[in-house]
Amino acid sequence: MNARPSFLLDGDEVPFEPGQTVMQAALAAGRYIPHLCYHPEFTPHGSCKLCTARINGRLMAACTTPAETATEVASETEELNDLRRTLVQMLFAEGNHFCPSCEKSGNCVLQALGYDLGVMTAGFRHFFPDRPVDATHPEILLDFNRCILCELCVRAAREVDGKHVFSLAGRGLGKHLIVNAESGRLADTDVKVTDKAVEVCPVGVILRKRVGFATPIGARRYDKSPISAQALADAPRPLERNRE
Amino acid sequence: MSTLPLETAAHPEQLRRVVIEPLSRVEGHGKVTLLLDEDGHVEQARLHIVEFRAFEKFIQGRPYWEVPVTVQRLCGICPVSHHLAACKALDQVVGATTLTPTAEKIRRLMHYGQILQSHALHFFHLSSPDLLFGFGSDVARRNIVGVAAAYPDIARQGVLLRKYGQEVVRHTAGKRIHGTGSVPGGVNKSLTAAERDELQKDIYQMIAWSRDAVRLVRQLFEQDLATYRSFGTFAARTLSLVRADGAMDLYHGGLRAQGADGGMIFDHVDYGHYWEQISEEVKAWSYMKFPYLRALGHENGWYRVGPLTRVTRCDFIPTPLADRERREFMAFDDGRAALSTLGFHWARMIEMLHAAEAIKDLLHDGDLLGTDLMTGGKRQARGVGVIEAPRGTLIHHYRVDENDQVVRANLIVSTTHNNQAMNVAIREVARQYLDGRTLTEGLLNHIEVAVRAFDPCLSCATHAVGRMPLAVELLDADGSVAHSMMRG
Repeated sequence: MNARPSFLLDGDEVPFEPGQTVMQAALAAGRYIPHLCYHPEFTPHGSCKLCTARINGRLMAACTTPAETATEVASETEELNDLRRTLVQMLFAEGNHFCPSCEKSGNCVLQALGYDLGVMTAGFRHFFPDRPVDATHPEILLDFNRCILCELCVRAAREVDGKHVFSLAGRGLGKHLIVNAESGRLADTDVKVTDKAVEVCPVGVILRKRVGFATPIGARRYDKSPISAQALADAPRPLERNRE
Repeated sequence: MSTLPLETAAHPEQLRRVVIEPLSRVEGHGKVTLLLDEDGHVEQARLHIVEFRAFEKFIQGRPYWEVPVTVQRLCGICPVSHHLAACKALDQVVGATTLTPTAEKIRRLMHYGQILQSHALHFFHLSSPDLLFGFGSDVARRNIVGVAAAYPDIARQGVLLRKYGQEVVRHTAGKRIHGTGSVPGGVNKSLTAAERDELQKDIYQMIAWSRDAVRLVRQLFEQDLATYRSFGTFAARTLSLVRADGAMDLYHGGLRAQGADGGMIFDHVDYGHYWEQISEEVKAWSYMKFPYLRALGHENGWYRVGPLTRVTRCDFIPTPLADRERREFMAFDDGRAALSTLGFHWARMIEMLHAAEAIKDLLHDGDLLGTDLMTGGKRQARGVGVIEAPRGTLIHHYRVDENDQVVRANLIVSTTHNNQAMNVAIREVARQYLDGRTLTEGLLNHIEVAVRAFDPCLSCATHAVGRMPLAVELLDADGSVAHSMMRG
């Protein structure tokens, strides 16, 4: 008899370890739930809502909901994917995401999600906000135009780098990314180009300078396989390790 | 502000206005306005470029390494030109004064691939309907579909030549349109042996078809020499890049300017200080500026760029078949074909042949498979890149601050250089064919034929070939519409 607890994901049993979230258990079992602000190395955040699933009939974020037995999770449904497409459209509409000239193109999580979910139209009138870039740091460029407020940089700086470099300020539509310096300039923070916070940005906000388009088309991360396949390839597999 | 004959009528309010808008079978959007007196005599003719692109402004503040990918969006037909001109400028910013052999040859291959596809597109898809059927022929079949029906082999060769050029671009830039292969300081990929072998397979066929295309234009000249010799023809000063030994070089060289009589105005000028030789004039009736040679002033200093200039003003073409064709072209009709506006087509096909030959040579060069792709050096604040794009000399000029942000950009694109020359050409055609006659669609198409000879790139080419609507309105002196015609 299988003693491991499990829940149902789209009708299939997914085993989990106590303490895992629905997202962690699903990925570990090789089941993809679309997500954006979730990152396996950091505390779940639950802000982007891309991973919203219908859990026992209620819409909940899979990345922050603990896995429990006797739970039915619906994720791969037309209703939920429609909502996810709308969320992606809204993220595109809020910022200035010009994929054709963005060096993150092909490596961008937001773009990859758009492709994977089949976002075919803009959906909303774009805001075209005025967001100057911060190029003051000698090694790092901050292009606020593409910020989706996922706070991965905030969490990476805090949890891995042990620094307080980034934060979100303002509320509602006025919410925006700031850096921890009186001048407001990245050059005046203690961020280093080797920091995890610089590496983790899923879109093209925090960029190593002078890299640009060094990777040719065809060799970029999402040229090779869609984000749904790569998320599974990258996911920690504690259950498999335990079985070994 | 200077003004030329037929540029500005003395009393425009008493004249009727004919508008050709939009121009069809050119890249982008423009219009021609004609002012006619009561007897139908042309008093004023202007080519207007009605787009406002503002690339120079909105790349300000952007990181310099992004620019070669951004600015190529100016155009969907020859984006490689902007991609490479920007990179050549930014090579200087990153101190890459000499590229690695692999990087330079990959860029050249990319460029020749683009010349091939762009010239094929222009000749076969956009211009051959006029040339094969006649300028005033039935409008319903005066398009590439009509060519495919009447001359299937010619249409097929045109399509496959263009496709081959696009494949060269794809293998070097990553995509057929708007790739990323060239980066400041070098390239991001070389060719694999498999990619090289694939391109080698068809290159001899492309050379053969390019030769056939040159001969086709020659036949067209021979069949109606009087028309081809004189149609929209005018004397022009010229500007182009030439190699240090005077050879045609579409990727790099010094600036050469010559008078209409062939006399040298300047030669082998370092384009890094192009502004000492070239300035730009603004006219109230066009968004496009009017460049001129400083030494001659804005009234007399306008000039012509592009294939006709390059082929007739270089000392030789450094590939044998194209150079043989160049010599024949120069000698044809006692040299008059080389002076004619429709000679653009002949010269363009000679360049296409040169591009095919140059691709063949490069595909047999081992450096294309090299792995040494990037170089750099002492950082500079300014860079100028000049290249011979399919349509003519293209200048990119950037200033970059210490934070890596672009603070100033100036782009003088090929069609801008040709602005005044195209205006002179349409005035000549208006005088030759329209003056005092009842206007018909076929007659108005003569104006478009003159514009098309220059292959102007008015912006990104996204229109449906041969199906663009043409609206013509005849206005009375009081401004009311006396007669209107609509095509499409």
